[in-house]
Parts: sequence; C-alpha cells; structure tokens
Amino acid sequence: MLRQASRLLSRSVTAGSSKSTTARAFSTEVPSTIDSTFVESWKKVAPNMDPPQTPSSFMKARPTTASSIPTKLTVNFVLPYASELSGKEVDMVIIPATTGQMGVLPGHVPTIAELKPGIMSVHEGTDVKKYFVSSGFAFLHANSVADIIAVEAVPLENIDASQVQKGLAEFTQKLASASTDLEKAEAQIGVEVHSAMNAALSG
Amino acid sequence: MASTAAVPFWRAAGMTYITYSNICANLVRNCLKEPFKAESISREKVHFSLSKWADGKPQKPVLRSDAPQV
Repeated sequence: MLRQASRLLSRSVTAGSSKSTTARAFSTEVPSTIDSTFVESWKKVAPNMDPPQTPSSFMKARPTTASSIPTKLTVNFVLPYASELSGKEVDMVIIPATTGQMGVLPGHVPTIAELKPGIMSVHEGTDVKKYFVSSGFAFLHANSVADIIAVEAVPLENIDASQVQKGLAEFTQKLASASTDLEKAEAQIGVEVHSAMNAALSG
Repeated sequence: MASTAAVPFWRAAGMTYITYSNICANLVRNCLKEPFKAESISREKVHFSLSKWADGKPQKPVLRSDAPQV
C-alpha cells in the first residue's frame, strides 16, 4: 500500500503543477483542483485523513504571461544592502552578461544571465542611468519583469580613475609573476575587473 | 558521460562562484572615490567566531573581526 502511495503522490504533483494558474486553498477541504482520481483513491484507503498537500499547493500561482507584449519592462535591481530600483517601469536595460552586452526589451525571451564586471544601463525615455556592476545575475521573466541582482553596483562618477590604473598595473604585474593556479586566477580576476572599470570610465 | 562544458578559469583553478564574486566586489570597492569608499568598507565589516567541534566539545575558536580592538 505504501509503495502505491509514492507513485500516486508523484502523479498528483505533476497534475498539480500543470494546473498552477488556479488559486490554492490552504484549508483542509478537498483540493479538488488537484488530481481527483488520487483524492478518490485516498479517501477509500484513509477516509479519516486529509489528502496530503503537495508543494505546488503552497506556492503562489506563476504570474500569467500577457497575450500581447507589454510596452514597458519592469526592473527590480537589488544589491545585498539596498534595493536600487524596485518595480521601475523602463523602456530598455542593457546588462553586461558573460556572453556580451545584452539589450533587454519588454517581451524578451525568459533568460537567466550571469553578469560579468561591466556597465549596466537603464534607459527610460531619453534618460540613461549607468552603473558599474561587479558581478551578479539577471533573471528575465516571461511577463517582462527583469530581476537583476548584483553584489556591488556603483554610478560611474564614484569610481576613482587613478586607483583603477594603479590596480590594473599591480594585477598585470601579479599575473606575470603568479605561480600557483589560484594566484593566477586571482590576478586574472584583478586584471579583468580593472580593465572593465577602465573601459567603463573611458568609454 | 564526462561533461566537457567549458568552465570559467576561476572554477578550473578551484575557486567557487561566491569567492569570485566577493573578490570582484572588493576590487570595485577599493577603487571608489573617498566618501563612498569609507562607507562601503564600513558596511562590509564582519565579525565572527568559528570553532570546530571534537568529542562533543568546541575547540579553540577562530575569531575574525574587523571591529577595532578594545
């Protein structure tokens, strides 16, 4: 009987997730939107126990994708210590993905992009706001919401060009003299980050 | 079924993504102009004590602190 239960339970999870757009009831009433044949069999076997809840019954329904492409992109840009942009509606965002500068417009295909050190620009009408991002991720959802998370993001004016040059020289020298793999990797990271900052300041 | 996906150079050298990300963030913080640099450094101060356990007892703790010594 217990062997059957795991098969029946796993069947109900897949059935539940396909009906994820319906609202979830938290009460102990029969979740009739989930697999009814499972619930029937359950009631026959254990009439005094409520059918088990599946993880999808506790989750909020996935937001439905609009049938027509929205005109604006909603951006949530967060840092560990602050929420830089929260639900801001913009026209376009250009993010420094590891695969290159990626322009995100409303209706972008859902993507998860890892970010490399580089400039992120937020375009709203004629305003462009640029940030230098140290690294992070961008989650682009089907409903034209972009969640961008970064560890450090600073406006370009806050970067000190002379420090960047010094750092670049220092790490280039470290890269040449590095011996272990780890030292080489650290020096390489230093060179990449400082070159990116240099390019950001001069570009 | 060996996976031959290209790994980033830091992963090949044995570094995890978190270490890489923290190193990048520290490098950017060090290149900030003055009031921002001091703010960001004070924001990132940590203070923790770590002790390994053996035989049900904590061994000597390792203390990592950026707080000024009193």
